[in-house]
Amino acid sequence: MTANYETREHDVLIIGAGGAGLRAAIEALAQGASVGVVCKSLLGKAHTVMAEGGIAAAMANVDAADNWKTHFRDTMRGGKFLNDWRMAQLHAQESPDRVHELEQWGALFDRTENGDILQRAFGGHTFKRLCHVGDRTGLEMIRTLQDRGVQQGIDVYMECTVTRLLTDDGRVAGAFAYWRETGRFIVFKAKSIVIATGGIGKAWRVTSNSWEYTGDGMALAYEAGAELIDMEFVQFHPTGMVWPPGVQGILVTEAVRGEGGMLRNRAGERFMEKYDPKRMELSTRDVVARSIYTEVKEGRGTEHGGAYLDISHKPAEYVKRKLPSMYHQFKELADVDITKGPMEVGPTCHYMMGGIRVDAETAQSTVPGLFAAGEAAAGLHGANRLGGNSLSDLLVFGRRAGLAAAEYARRASPAPNDSAQIAEAEKELVAPFSNAGTESPYAVHRDLQEVMQNLVGIYRTKDDLERALVELEKLNARAAKASVEGSRLFNPGWHLSNDLKAMLIVSEAVTRSALARTESRGAHSRIDYPNVDAIWEKKHNIIVRQAGGMNRSESRVQEMPEELKQILAAD
Amino acid sequence: MAEATLRVFRGDSNGGQTVDYRVPVAPGMVVLDALHYIQGHLAPDLAVRWNCKAGKCGSCSAEVNGRPRLTCKTRVDDLPQDQPITVLPMRSFPRIKDLVTDVSWNYRVNRKIPPFEPRKGVEWKISQLDVDRVQEFRKCIECFLCQDVCHVLREHDKKEQFAGPRFFVRIAGLEMHPLDGLNRAGLLKDQLGLGYCNITKCCTEVCPEEIRITDNAIIPLKERVIDEFYDPLTMLFRKLHGQQRSH
Repeated sequence: MTANYETREHDVLIIGAGGAGLRAAIEALAQGASVGVVCKSLLGKAHTVMAEGGIAAAMANVDAADNWKTHFRDTMRGGKFLNDWRMAQLHAQESPDRVHELEQWGALFDRTENGDILQRAFGGHTFKRLCHVGDRTGLEMIRTLQDRGVQQGIDVYMECTVTRLLTDDGRVAGAFAYWRETGRFIVFKAKSIVIATGGIGKAWRVTSNSWEYTGDGMALAYEAGAELIDMEFVQFHPTGMVWPPGVQGILVTEAVRGEGGMLRNRAGERFMEKYDPKRMELSTRDVVARSIYTEVKEGRGTEHGGAYLDISHKPAEYVKRKLPSMYHQFKELADVDITKGPMEVGPTCHYMMGGIRVDAETAQSTVPGLFAAGEAAAGLHGANRLGGNSLSDLLVFGRRAGLAAAEYARRASPAPNDSAQIAEAEKELVAPFSNAGTESPYAVHRDLQEVMQNLVGIYRTKDDLERALVELEKLNARAAKASVEGSRLFNPGWHLSNDLKAMLIVSEAVTRSALARTESRGAHSRIDYPNVDAIWEKKHNIIVRQAGGMNRSESRVQEMPEELKQILAAD
Repeated sequence: MAEATLRVFRGDSNGGQTVDYRVPVAPGMVVLDALHYIQGHLAPDLAVRWNCKAGKCGSCSAEVNGRPRLTCKTRVDDLPQDQPITVLPMRSFPRIKDLVTDVSWNYRVNRKIPPFEPRKGVEWKISQLDVDRVQEFRKCIECFLCQDVCHVLREHDKKEQFAGPRFFVRIAGLEMHPLDGLNRAGLLKDQLGLGYCNITKCCTEVCPEEIRITDNAIIPLKERVIDEFYDPLTMLFRKLHGQQRSH
């Protein structure tokens, strides 16, 4: 048979080359597996590069009293006890080793007087805990992992998009993808697959996320039969830029507040005194985001509908040294000198706590051979993530996923790729070229962003969510008819028409889960159910694909062992 | 609303031409916003490489009004409004389509560089002063604008003999890492063509991260190569004691 595609074979295929994907690749390689990494962008451009504030790890370099138990407790409290307790435990215990490892691979963190790794304060963390490099920690991390991985011998497939997982009798067998540059197809054979594709922010209009964040990995897993969990928990970071319009949503790191930045409303009031007088600006992100939103909604916002964030009381040289990219970002994009005056900030869609349901120890999903780590996976952060816990998440569970995927591959026999599945994937991918009509994928995307922004945002109601489901159905119908012009050679309109499918799947999962959870907890705030509900504290929402469409059900939160309960009870 | 004209290259490896697009100008708009407007409303297949749109990933490099720049950090209101804004792909790399070029050569060069290797038995204590010096190099976002502007690559196409400013920056970061134990001077001299650089500082001028590429990375590396290979005392010392070299 003359195939329309090239074929590559690996023991372990990793989808995504951010922190989690690269850490998984390094580990799988160390186990002797042959490893392929597929990424939508060039290597080193993944969203991890934008992480600013730091990596949370209880190393106790600055606050000697810190330890894994406190980190565990902070994480569980921040997540409003919906976290997978075992993941939170492993994460708190293993993060310091993962940071040391990065250092041994060449990462250079800021230092204490003693020459140890310096740690800074962050929202929800009891102690100074975030290992950092000014405000560009993510860049340091990704460059370190990238150089390590390349040197160890990973095969990287850059600018390549996976559109479907291939399965054989219920387990993963490979993946179907296309090269963005040429539009040609490529089929991967793999014994195990790690999904490390990050989040879903591009379904909202105001977001800190890059174009890649279209929920691909979650949608791929869902289509392959895996369970998604906690999909209602979408984090809105309290501080994104609000002006000028083109930069709306770009992240303003929490490190500004960690370094002493203060939030004020138009009247000059430090409004966090009303919402969380104890922790003030360093309250958890869900609380600060809602506080800013409320100030603006009640008419106390700034000129462009945000709050003021001010660090100008600190010496200018200090600000430039600790927050260099913030300094440049505001100077160049907003004509604001942050050493002299306040920034205008407002909430921006930032992070997905929910995602692919995984086993805490192995990061395996509910589909055999399919693993997930990082933002694409769920469990560690519960209902709200603490700043700094995502970079440590990538390292701890990236490594675990790589390890377990390599082990799985060692035991597994090769599975055949099913030509019928490949043919179907091909047909679906090229359909927009033959669709008649004038529906533009860009227009569908813009309208999707409005729906999610306006109806499935920080505050939610039953009416809005039900309306969103109706709108999503219409958008699905439009997306199916979207047509593209031009050739398959690097064609962004065509690329977007494919990404849209994933965004629509995750948007529906978020909306269905949000509608079901009739309480407010962490990042999920229902105006019609403003309080926490003890019944919902014990339940997760589960999304799974069924013959008739998307199915939502509930599962019980796993009971925590007694010794961990005691850690939580301590103050 | 005010409008701007963008004169954008459309074409592929076989050739092409510029096409004018009228774009409404919003306050604070950057060139990448304008390109997105074109994609969304006028030319859905316009190929543009980008990721973060926040100056952190280094993907959206192009030549705006003849100057290599990140389009996400180039404000439309900083450019002359009475003439079209030209946006062309980086010239030093093969064209793929429109503004997207083939930068894979950079990734091949990178593979030649031995990574950080700590000295044996080193204690993991580092002073902030040492960190500050190296962090300048580690700020690099790999936008490859320095590679684009460097005349050794741009005019003379010495890609086989010369690594380019980006990789001298990377090596400077490794060589000046306070705990690194390797010596990459031989590699710089023999395989990466450091000697081709005649310090015109074009790279420093276009660096969006304001890394002082020539002064702080390239010149100190040139000094290392000279010390290593052309200094009679060092040569004698090495003959007597031996020294580890990566190449």
